[in-house]
Amino acid sequence: MKFTIQVNEGPYTHQASDSAYQFTKAALEKGHEIFRVFFYHDGVNNATRLTTPPQDDRNVVNRWSELAEKHNVDLVVCVAAAQRRGIADADEAKRNGKDADNIAPGFRISGLGQLIEGGIQSDRLVVFGD
Amino acid sequence: MSEEMMGGDIKKFMYVNRKAPHGTVYALESLEVVLIGAAFEQDVSVVFMDDGVFEIVKGQDTTGIQTKNFSNTYKALEMYDVEKLYVAKESLEQRGLTEEDLIVDVEVKTAAELGALMEEQDVLLSF
Amino acid sequence: MLHTVNKSPFEKNSLETCLAHAAEGSAILLIEDGVYGALNGGVFAGKMKDAMGKFTLYAMGPDLKARGIADKVLDGVKVIDYAGFVDLACENDKVQAWL
Repeated sequence: MKFTIQVNEGPYTHQASDSAYQFTKAALEKGHEIFRVFFYHDGVNNATRLTTPPQDDRNVVNRWSELAEKHNVDLVVCVAAAQRRGIADADEAKRNGKDADNIAPGFRISGLGQLIEGGIQSDRLVVFGD
Repeated sequence: MSEEMMGGDIKKFMYVNRKAPHGTVYALESLEVVLIGAAFEQDVSVVFMDDGVFEIVKGQDTTGIQTKNFSNTYKALEMYDVEKLYVAKESLEQRGLTEEDLIVDVEVKTAAELGALMEEQDVLLSF
Repeated sequence: MLHTVNKSPFEKNSLETCLAHAAEGSAILLIEDGVYGALNGGVFAGKMKDAMGKFTLYAMGPDLKARGIADKVLDGVKVIDYAGFVDLACENDKVQAWL
């Protein structure tokens, strides 16, 4: 099966990102394809490389980056939601006159169309949120 | 269920809105998905249930709280060929609202009818 | 259809709304704080027992264990893991998340 996963909440405050990660990992282990993981609303906050969680807790951002690297998972952050919340890559930072970018490895910023495309192209869309 | 067509599926997309506007961002950002999604020419339905019915109440004025008033944008959905707007009957009644209180034309459906509609969809998005 | 409920019925009406809309024969999976809906003592137990006549109820094992209620699950609710969640998503034609 081909899955698109939608993550509506940021790291730590809600369990949504954790549940989405565990589901995505389990799906990959079963040999399914992850078409895309789309981060919307506060979910874009999963894509900042500036987190320093306590050593004795999971690193939510790095976990996603590692999944992207190991399994070539497409992690997409909605550009409109990212602009509202201050998640930017180098291009976005330059385009919007910001003096820094903060996107974590493995994530890319793109439009809401990527979510709709995920719904069209995938067999299942699974939403994690609050 | 929609039938797969050669070289381009049209899928039935349903957007499920259950949250009130302004207290959280979900109403605004889900509307943005509907508007962008309209360009993909799928078979779109939008449902307002539970506190989601408050999203389309008339007479919203956000000047005092200084946030964006996006309620008029629901009227633009028609221009985007998003015409299937459904409202949960029980949710309206529980909140003392009628269709007259709403900013757009909707079809009022019972829980059973909405449940059946949901079964017909291919993709369900929640916010 | 697979329905997921991730909030406690004591906090939000998501479980209640799910039960009101799910078609007979649906699978309903409680995850995250939604697993509190599977408690065997408490005001929702009766409603959940009735629901078993219409739906197949599941609860996420890791979420039950995390919350210390794995031994308080209503009889008849099937406890599964993330692999089971993936299987359910495949076996049902689509997934609706009641947030």
